[in-house]
Amino acid sequence: MRIAGIDLEVHDQGKGEPLLFLHSAQGFDSRHEISTMLAARRRLVAPSHPGFGKSSLPDWLDSADDVAYVYLELMDALKLPTADLVGCSIGGWIAAEMASKAPERFRKLVLVGPVGVKTGPLDKLDIPDIFAMPQDKVDELLFADPAKMKMDPSKMTDDEIAVRVRNRETLALLAWEPWMHNPKLRHRLQRAAMPVLLMRGEKDGLVSGAYLERYAQLFPHANIRTIAGAGHAPQAEQPKAFAEALFAFLEAK
Amino acid sequence: MRAWHFSENAYPYLPPAETYPSIRVTLPNRVYDPEKGAELYDRFIDEWLIAEDEGVEIMLNEHHQTATCVDPAAPIMLGALARLTKKARLLILGNPIANRRQPVRVAEEMALVDVMSRGRVEAGFVRGVPYEIAPANSNPVRMNERHWEALDLIVKAWTTHDGPFTHEGRFFHHRNVNIWPRPWQQPHPPIWISTTSPSGANAVGARGYIQATFLTGFEGTKQIYDAYRKGWREAGRGEQVPIDRLAYAALVYTHKDKNKALEGADKLLWYVRSNKVPPYFSNPPGYVPVAANVKMLRGAEHPLSAFAKSASVESAIAGGFMFAGTPDEVLAQIQKHYSQTGGWGHLLIMGQAGFLEHEETVEGIRAFAREVYPRLKDLYPDSAASGADARKAKSA
Repeated sequence: MRIAGIDLEVHDQGKGEPLLFLHSAQGFDSRHEISTMLAARRRLVAPSHPGFGKSSLPDWLDSADDVAYVYLELMDALKLPTADLVGCSIGGWIAAEMASKAPERFRKLVLVGPVGVKTGPLDKLDIPDIFAMPQDKVDELLFADPAKMKMDPSKMTDDEIAVRVRNRETLALLAWEPWMHNPKLRHRLQRAAMPVLLMRGEKDGLVSGAYLERYAQLFPHANIRTIAGAGHAPQAEQPKAFAEALFAFLEAK
Repeated sequence: MRAWHFSENAYPYLPPAETYPSIRVTLPNRVYDPEKGAELYDRFIDEWLIAEDEGVEIMLNEHHQTATCVDPAAPIMLGALARLTKKARLLILGNPIANRRQPVRVAEEMALVDVMSRGRVEAGFVRGVPYEIAPANSNPVRMNERHWEALDLIVKAWTTHDGPFTHEGRFFHHRNVNIWPRPWQQPHPPIWISTTSPSGANAVGARGYIQATFLTGFEGTKQIYDAYRKGWREAGRGEQVPIDRLAYAALVYTHKDKNKALEGADKLLWYVRSNKVPPYFSNPPGYVPVAANVKMLRGAEHPLSAFAKSASVESAIAGGFMFAGTPDEVLAQIQKHYSQTGGWGHLLIMGQAGFLEHEETVEGIRAFAREVYPRLKDLYPDSAASGADARKAKSA
């Protein structure tokens, strides 16, 4: 789809109430279990962020804030006045930005291992610097079971590797400075008064439990749910438990 | 042909390399002793002054948070050299303008030293090696775009003399640019750019700036120069590319005693052997193109990293990274590199490293300056052209 001058890759599958799903820095893979699970119960709308997957990256775009506006425009183009909004990691940051800008368009908001705000002291990173450590160490922070979950280039095509390399590059573009956050966002989240669920894998080495609690306090109505046996990406590592927790929240009255 | 003595001002008194993961970015500065450091500054400055006495020009550079180059503010060293020297050209290669937040300040620094030295500044600009990203906290994505916008802004600041101008660019914003002093040289100091990739060289050639490349051997250098010459011609700068537009930096050690030459050359390899840097600092996201990273994830290795693993004087000479030996041998090695790459007009001599002591460094400078340099000047006058057929530039 062409949105705001960007060729946006959008995976649109299933029927029912729309669920806008914003992927993590790893990117969105429609072949993954979680995609099927979500599309079985909802109309799953999952764009690849600009500069991720097959989506183009315009010169002017360099922040999660920019992406949030692109996605509000995507909702207009898809004629979705409202939706439930789910974002993972950097997708959670984008989702929080969207909810702060247009709270009336989101019935419920789910943030999974989200980044995007600075809550701790100035001499300690809230989110560890994944660009200043060996990949093995990053994998340990990312996954409960790194051996099973980490990227294996020998099982990927050149094209698939290229997508992952480019995803990482765009993550750097969006999150480099200020590191993994928008200083303004925490002063805007009180506008997002819908029910909010913050989820976290219990072994998440990037988003700590304390960070998530401080993040939750920025919303008027937020709860926290921990997923066992998962790291930073419970949607990939424990898709069943993730989907159960997600739908329990979305379908609660 | 012009030769430049280049010293990185390294601090070599380090604990064993196996005790730290990286010589750059993270090595704690408690290892650095300011007293030893002060002695080293005196010594390296003396060596530059001796190079000047021998008729060799002066080059310096800048790196950050590293023992390999303890000159994190090269314009300050440039200012000191401007007062201590009388005739040498002063090449700073260079200002890392994609990592500096205020290009106008860089324009001011260069103009100040240009005036103080009465027009001896050669102003170089570098994108910066990848491990400069972390110390600068600079976004590695879109560095090239920042680099070129910063450079264009600097040139405009140097060449605008009728009061303030405004600049509202993609990366930099100013409403009142009107630098004092303006440069001594008109319209501005010569501009140098370093690059180690053909795509970068093409853009430099199109603009006609002086292109320098570091330790890129035979084939790598040829590709970069070819790209420069192509960019030069396509921009309508003429068929002939004067050799003074191209520079090559190599490890160079000359001594009339062959054994001493090899010994000194081996010490210079400290540059290569000590540069212990983990991949997360040497390859930040976005620094190299996606396709290059795909190859690396498939196991490909950079030619210089491959070389570093088994660095020897012999292999360094064979690879075109080093010119070392007796004056005759050094001359022959340079001639070979010159002819295989199409020719260049500046030799940037990496002439001091690690534990190459003062006396040894000076002997190397003198042997080169007295026995090799005059013959190089005869062989390759500045009027020569760079390119396969080495046509005379002036006859065009």
